Amino acid sequence: MAVEHPVASPPGDQTRIHNIGYRTYDGPRLGRSYARRSLYSQSLRGAYGLGRSVKSKVLPMLLFVVMCVPAAIMVAVAVATKANDLPVEYTRYAIIMQAVISLYVASQAPQSVSRDLRFKTVPLYFSRPIETADYVRAKYAALASAMFILTAAPLLVLYVGALLAKLDFADQTKGFAQGLVSVALLSLLFAGLGLVIAAVTPRRGFGIAAVIAVLTISYGAVSTLQAIAEVQNSSGSIAWIGLFSPITLIDGVQSAFLGATSAFPGGVGPTNGEGVVYVLVALGLIAACYGLLMRRYRKVGL
Amino acid sequence: MVRVTTVYDVTVIATESLSKRFPRVTALDRLSVDVGPGVTGLVGANGAGKSTLIKILLGLSPATEGRAEVLGLDVATKGAAIRERVGYMPEHDCLPPDVSATEFVVHMARMSGLPPTAARERTADTLRHVGLYEERYRPIGGYSTGMKQRVKLAQALVHDPQLVFLDEPTNGLDPVGRDEMLGLIRRIHTDFGISVLVTSHLLGELERTCDHVVVIDGGKLLRSSSTTDFTQTTTTLAIEVTDTDEHPDGTRAVREALHARGVTVDAGSGLPGAGHVLLLTAQGEETYDLVRDTVADLGLGLVRMEQRRHHISEVFTTDTDTDEQRKEAVGHGS
Repeated sequence: MAVEHPVASPPGDQTRIHNIGYRTYDGPRLGRSYARRSLYSQSLRGAYGLGRSVKSKVLPMLLFVVMCVPAAIMVAVAVATKANDLPVEYTRYAIIMQAVISLYVASQAPQSVSRDLRFKTVPLYFSRPIETADYVRAKYAALASAMFILTAAPLLVLYVGALLAKLDFADQTKGFAQGLVSVALLSLLFAGLGLVIAAVTPRRGFGIAAVIAVLTISYGAVSTLQAIAEVQNSSGSIAWIGLFSPITLIDGVQSAFLGATSAFPGGVGPTNGEGVVYVLVALGLIAACYGLLMRRYRKVGL
Repeated sequence: MVRVTTVYDVTVIATESLSKRFPRVTALDRLSVDVGPGVTGLVGANGAGKSTLIKILLGLSPATEGRAEVLGLDVATKGAAIRERVGYMPEHDCLPPDVSATEFVVHMARMSGLPPTAARERTADTLRHVGLYEERYRPIGGYSTGMKQRVKLAQALVHDPQLVFLDEPTNGLDPVGRDEMLGLIRRIHTDFGISVLVTSHLLGELERTCDHVVVIDGGKLLRSSSTTDFTQTTTTLAIEVTDTDEHPDGTRAVREALHARGVTVDAGSGLPGAGHVLLLTAQGEETYDLVRDTVADLGLGLVRMEQRRHHISEVFTTDTDTDEQRKEAVGHGS
């Protein structure tokens, strides 16, 4: 940032340093949409600790590695044993790794929004051209993208491995595409839930605990109830119970429409009719999360 | 306001019977005020409506009644355009502790719409102007209050606004930090050409810094006038002299001598060193010469002769008191 130039002086003259003082800015001002994109990229980088301290890189990077390592091992096994198929379906992978995904959203959602609330940085954003909606969209999109990277990367590892193992191309591509749709929906849903919970409290610790609690308690309750329902032979209710936790919701959607095998007890996923309800509930939840975030930030102001 | 700045010589802020009512409180009550370019102080006790006014002026909170314009733009409809040209430094802490000042201010510059390269250049420039050098690469968490205030100021200036709102910028600073901050605020206008609206509940510090002072109380306008009007309607001189063998009571001798020349002198009672200080009203340049000559004729030493400026806080008494009472208050010195 060359501000003080030692000016080349004619011989005989004394060398002087000219402080050219304050310079005005006449360049372009790129406005709202640019500011929103900047906030998006800053938040997305922040979700992996980039641009932040070394300490804050550890957990997200570690979780990312933990997500990918099993996929790499599966691929290695498939290649070595010359198997006809991958040990795990693309759509199933996220369900198996749900604990890691929950941990990631629990740690990064508060990082994204609670910090701004806690350190009262929010007023600085709103004293600039962006509006509430820009802030909410940028933060939501950033966390959803970060989650998509986390959940899609292992699928990519599986896919590349499957092609290396010379598995059927069409089959694998279809499975991979279905898996991507599934994790995209999962990313949107989990990011929304995580942000809504985290945006309530300026305390990061509370945010982390609350997100973990909501995700695990709902899953625990739903799977317990489903197990009871199966024992009592009321398998019809298993599908309906699955609507009440985020991960079983995703499971239901993908079993009904994305060719996945359900992880529900008895392996009975929802029927197509029930599947429509699943999709509607999932989309409704995502919309509700967005609406709640907008409401939350309308009040924050300065 | 006579000062012409890079901003066109127009009204920077104009409000017209601006009111803001909350269910239980009236924060602003039919406030009409015009602010020109330069440094303007917005004075009022806590809860007088200063922050509410800033929120409305930034287009973030709708007024209940009346209208307001900032830089010629209506706050009700042109909020985003106003916020692009205006900087805001909040009263409270607003800095994340785990990033460096450089990173934070660059991010804020981009949030104001500056392209990445320009954001970096302007950040380096601005941090240097507010007086942050090597420490700008360290996390903000380790900064002193004074340094944090500078970062807050830098983020308000980084996009080269035409106007900045500074909400209580001297809060929490020690006397030296306070003076430095006030000097910096002065420079924002004189060197950077940016108009300033600075709030404070301390009247004294604004008289040194501002061209113009707006006083509000309970959401109502108490007074709006230039600082010189406030403090220099008349000048009071304070004089202190030495004693000599010839005149064991030098102060008295000077008073009598001046009295003989037709100048009324007040024995600055109630002041530190009362009895040794003489107060008189200066009628212009001649008074200074007269005092000098009188003291010299008596063979005394002139220890000091200084202007006593009237304190801005008198505005609170003048609002309710009559003009005559005010003059009296001025005559007794501040």
